[in-house]
Amino acid sequence: MRVWLNQHAQAFSQVTRRMRSHKLATFLMFMLMGVTLCLPGTLYVIVDNLNRLAGDIQSDSQISLFLKLDIDSGTIHDIGEKLRAHPRIQEHRFVSRDEAWENLQQNADTAAIAGNLERNPLPDAFFLIPVPLTPEEIEQLQKELQQWDGVELAQVDTDWIKRLNAILQLGQKGIMVLVALLGFALVVIIGNTIRLQILTQREEIEVSKLIGATDSFIRRPFLYAGTIYGLGGGLVAWLLLVGIISLFNLTVAELAELYASGFRLDLPSIQTGLTIIASTVFLSWLGSYIAVNRSLAQFD
Amino acid sequence: MIRFDQVSKRYPGSNQALQDVSFNIEQGEMVYVTGHSGAGKSTLLKLIAALERPTSGTVLINQQNISHLRSAAVPFLRRKFGLVFQDHKLLYDRNCFDNVVLPLHINGISGNEAARRVRAALDKVGLLDKEKAMPITLSGGEQQRLAIARAVVSRPAVLIADEPTGNLDETYAREIMQLFNAFQQVGVTVIIATHDVRDIKPQAKVLTLSHGRLTSQTGSTVGATA
Repeated sequence: MRVWLNQHAQAFSQVTRRMRSHKLATFLMFMLMGVTLCLPGTLYVIVDNLNRLAGDIQSDSQISLFLKLDIDSGTIHDIGEKLRAHPRIQEHRFVSRDEAWENLQQNADTAAIAGNLERNPLPDAFFLIPVPLTPEEIEQLQKELQQWDGVELAQVDTDWIKRLNAILQLGQKGIMVLVALLGFALVVIIGNTIRLQILTQREEIEVSKLIGATDSFIRRPFLYAGTIYGLGGGLVAWLLLVGIISLFNLTVAELAELYASGFRLDLPSIQTGLTIIASTVFLSWLGSYIAVNRSLAQFD
Repeated sequence: MIRFDQVSKRYPGSNQALQDVSFNIEQGEMVYVTGHSGAGKSTLLKLIAALERPTSGTVLINQQNISHLRSAAVPFLRRKFGLVFQDHKLLYDRNCFDNVVLPLHINGISGNEAARRVRAALDKVGLLDKEKAMPITLSGGEQQRLAIARAVVSRPAVLIADEPTGNLDETYAREIMQLFNAFQQVGVTVIIATHDVRDIKPQAKVLTLSHGRLTSQTGSTVGATA
């Protein structure tokens, strides 16, 4: 056990010593990995935030229930009662056709249109706010309301939300592909770096093998090197990501204000950061493991 | 402790390097392997140190048949031997101390214990004051002594040297041979390949190879130590 710990401590200090004597190369390696990974990271954070925004909009959705023009007040009352009793409807508001007509005439923007019309073309209407529902449930509710007596049109605008969702899903898939490709690239880059290091230490490895070093003894410093590259690269990726999102937020805040919204991009969570670091560590460990094993096979 | 039984070794695409070689080496013996160049001396040493495996026949080291050894077990067998190579195989990117400490690191020994043993080994070969020097600044004889320090630092039971005096003048060569004798006197089995018959001490065992065959086997000091 002590021997084992000793060997790990030795390999670790050997690697850190070598990295300290090649500061620039090590720093560039960290940057390379960090920049490579902050690209999908940034996209992920943006899509994640848009998802959140889309979720907010969905739960805000309204259903407009336009009634038949020839409806009598008894049926209107019945519909009002049914809406009150419906478990999926949180709020409803009745706007009579006269009220709507008045609004139309008073509103400066629409007064001109109203002036051109000879008589009130507007139907009586209910405006409903459902409890928070998924787009599918809203569509179901819309179909149900459409069947009711005296309802001319139950209108809910979920189409654009569905489209947004589809685009966001596409975005997520795109990110997955990007992550897979860049992850592969990282394994190759690290593998190649470690392979070059092995070449420069060829003699040391040969001599070590001749005097009884096990394969894991030879592998250990290179695996540490790979892991440290991964750790540094992951940290750089995280910092870059926080920087980029903060920069975006300056503009996003202005834009959101124009839409009277307090929307901000959320900074990546600790969990996201740790995931990024864990995956870079794993990928670069994998890259070095493959490189070292291939080289060891050549030495025998 | 080392037993060869009808051992043959053939490298792909070349002549038979060794053919039907049988001998026995006891613990604490001083053994010379001689013969013309290309007679198979180096191959014989490589077989002993488990750097190669025989094509046929059996090589037994401490009752272990190296042909049947798992490759994961080979490094542990190699650690029983201290190897001195014809071309030193020193690492020129680090100082003398770091060259000698390498076998200890492989054995998982570090810190003060390692430093103490490295200094003891350097002292034995007379290079204690060169601890911080780079090997490239040493003379040929000093480099060879450094290689010996590295071979003995982990206190192996067997010291194997391939042409250790090959490139040295007579004074240096005599120093090196005295070193090997000193190790043999404290109980280390010493096996030296040499084409230089001047080196050979009269009481030593001599294995003479010619074209891969063992042509004579003389002398033995088994009685002296065993």
